[in-house]
Amino acid sequence: MSRKRPPIETFDASGHDAAPEPLVGTDRTKRSTIGLEYMTYEELESFGEELDALRQRTLDSLGQADADYIRRVIKVQRACEVAGRIGVFMPFFWPAFVAGVVLLGVSKILENMEIGHNVMHGQYDWMNDPLVDGKRYEWDNVAPAQDWKHGHNFIHHTYTNIHGKDRDIGYGLLRIDTDQPWYPSHRFNLPAAFFLMLFFEWGVMYHGLELDEYLGGKMSKKEFRDRKSRAARKARRQVLKDYVAYPLLGLALVPFVGWWAPLAILGANFAANLIRNIWTFLIIFCGHFPAEVQSFAEEDAENETRGQWYLRQLLGSANISGRPWFHVLSGNLSHQIEHHLFPDIPARRYPELATEIQEICRRHGLQYNSGRLSRQLASVARQLAAYSAKPDDPYLQGKSPESKALRRAKREAARAAQAADARQPVDA
Amino acid sequence: MGLVRTALGSRPVRALTSPRTVDDYLDQIHPMLTVDAVRARVVEVRRETGAASTVVLRPNGAWKGFAPGQHVQFGIEVDGTRKVRVFSVSSSAAAGQRRFTVSVKAHPDGYVSQFLHRELQPGTLVHLSQAQGEFVLPQSVPDHVLLLSGGSGITPVMSMARTLRDRGHRGRITFVHYARSREDEMFTPELDRLAEELADATVERVYTREPEPGARLEGRFRADHLRRLGVDPTTTPTWVCGPAGLIATVRDVYAEIGADAQLHSEYFKVPTVDPALLEQNAATATGTLTFESSGTSADNSGATILEQAEAAGLTPEYGCRMGVCNTCAVKKLGGAVRHVVSGEINARTDETVKVCVTVPVGDVAVAL
Repeated sequence: MSRKRPPIETFDASGHDAAPEPLVGTDRTKRSTIGLEYMTYEELESFGEELDALRQRTLDSLGQADADYIRRVIKVQRACEVAGRIGVFMPFFWPAFVAGVVLLGVSKILENMEIGHNVMHGQYDWMNDPLVDGKRYEWDNVAPAQDWKHGHNFIHHTYTNIHGKDRDIGYGLLRIDTDQPWYPSHRFNLPAAFFLMLFFEWGVMYHGLELDEYLGGKMSKKEFRDRKSRAARKARRQVLKDYVAYPLLGLALVPFVGWWAPLAILGANFAANLIRNIWTFLIIFCGHFPAEVQSFAEEDAENETRGQWYLRQLLGSANISGRPWFHVLSGNLSHQIEHHLFPDIPARRYPELATEIQEICRRHGLQYNSGRLSRQLASVARQLAAYSAKPDDPYLQGKSPESKALRRAKREAARAAQAADARQPVDA
Repeated sequence: MGLVRTALGSRPVRALTSPRTVDDYLDQIHPMLTVDAVRARVVEVRRETGAASTVVLRPNGAWKGFAPGQHVQFGIEVDGTRKVRVFSVSSSAAAGQRRFTVSVKAHPDGYVSQFLHRELQPGTLVHLSQAQGEFVLPQSVPDHVLLLSGGSGITPVMSMARTLRDRGHRGRITFVHYARSREDEMFTPELDRLAEELADATVERVYTREPEPGARLEGRFRADHLRRLGVDPTTTPTWVCGPAGLIATVRDVYAEIGADAQLHSEYFKVPTVDPALLEQNAATATGTLTFESSGTSADNSGATILEQAEAAGLTPEYGCRMGVCNTCAVKKLGGAVRHVVSGEINARTDETVKVCVTVPVGDVAVAL
């Protein structure tokens, strides 16, 4: 029982984001073209420095108030969870039962978003408290933390909205952007999105397996096997808890309530998971998929500077406006822009950062995409509907001869470049 | 609470709270109410000298007790950040385990020890580990034991002496403590009385900078000190705790007369901070340090492997950074390393080393 846990490794929050280093092109002299329509390279440079300074200023000011905040959120979440679990144990009194379902749903939302997501970004690592240690945290979701962190913190947050790099553009299921190649399955964009919404946590888990990377030969068999077993273990624990252990406890109610008491508890847990799935899906889809959000080509992003990386994050994200409680329930992902600029700064600080960033955007004449939930959702739905239709341009159709030829040419060019690279040392 | 604690720590309960632990929930009711996590309240902070304090702690039920000579990880929160240090238990184990003390000398650059000395208030919550360490007296204490300590290295040895006193130990005890001066010495009034309170004890204090007139022993530890006290190191089990210099001298003396087997030692200071030693390391540093798992390498700079790994941009796990907690232990895949404290050089392959206290000698590869 007393498995020895290592003390936490402390590191400063700035050590987190590896960007933009990973995007180094083969031609080191080529400069990235991101943001040139808005600013010169010099302006981009100072834009980056400005944001770096803002980041450092905020990191330096972290302290007791931020620690107290996350602990308060945890306290509220735990209280909701316990009250919710008690509520669903009263299927004989329906107001308590319904309140229980809602509270349990809210607790799962808080745990996944304001606590889990943010803690796993390392936002609270500076506290050196095992309770909120980004490396050790495991969330109440079937997706194992380790694989989610790789796919989200590293891949998605580093290569945000770069086609062919960011696996979160449409999640390999939907067509949400004009530059994504169209396949016949995209005709079912809207029903597929609806289905994904209902089972979102399972979608996140499946996404984290990175089956496409494995099939594409970019992942070793062992790595894929490890991912599968981690996912299976996590899913087993989650299912055991919500759909076996608590319903079994409900057997105690059978003499008083009837044979259906365990089923009511199982149903309540399912409903709570459903509430969480729908809510997280809606918030997350509003973060990157509304119409004004930009996506980028890999060639353009190669060798980007710090300033360009920041700009790409800004142009590739969208905020949702709302009241303070809404921001907390969205894990402050309603401040998607601030989150993408500074993923490892405690989310509590995003509202105050937002005012400064809006000011910076005004000064540089940059778009700052923000809107009500209903507006952003409508925009996402319109996008999904519009991009489900087969485009006329054959280069945008995944299976057209033109696209196939283009892909073949790209593969050959890459192979040639690789061969040239391999020869180089011999020539020199 | 014992039965309740076992029940709460059981598998079925874990299945209900997964992925959290029971402690994560109990914590919300009361911070002292835990199954696994050891916590304590500060009862009192006592000044020992101008620079040292004793902190009296009341641990919660998760505390499994200590053996005299052991240490604990001591974590307090300052401005939202938990700071963890390792301190020796200084109290007697005979008085029960519901209270114990740690005694700490404020280090000029030691943030936590300074905080303890100046600002720690009764009632503060402390995050502890279970007691750790092998520097302990055996179950049946030998007929004659020698206790040696230097500076604030007296704390674990004091715990041993207090425990023997409180248990009414009848055997012979020789206790020699080295301090700079009487003002600088911890536990002075108690040490003054200790010889009378023990059945058969010699308590000798040596003030190295300001010797007392007529003192039996003078200066730093020498073999001659033991002779004068009538102690035969070859037959007397010895426990020594103090700065690296003292331990190195004692070890040399014992090695010379072939009494190594009798010696148990523990350091309380990070020896790597000694600039002379670091310089010497750097001067003789050769070879390449390879970090196999991350596929990088660096020229051996003479610093500890942990420091070199960090300089190379890696973030290995670590805890105490003084060779105590074993958090930083990793497989050494090849090459020879020197332990910065003992100076011992090891060239065995596939051994596990604590990277915070090992320095590469020539080419070394580690699984980092």
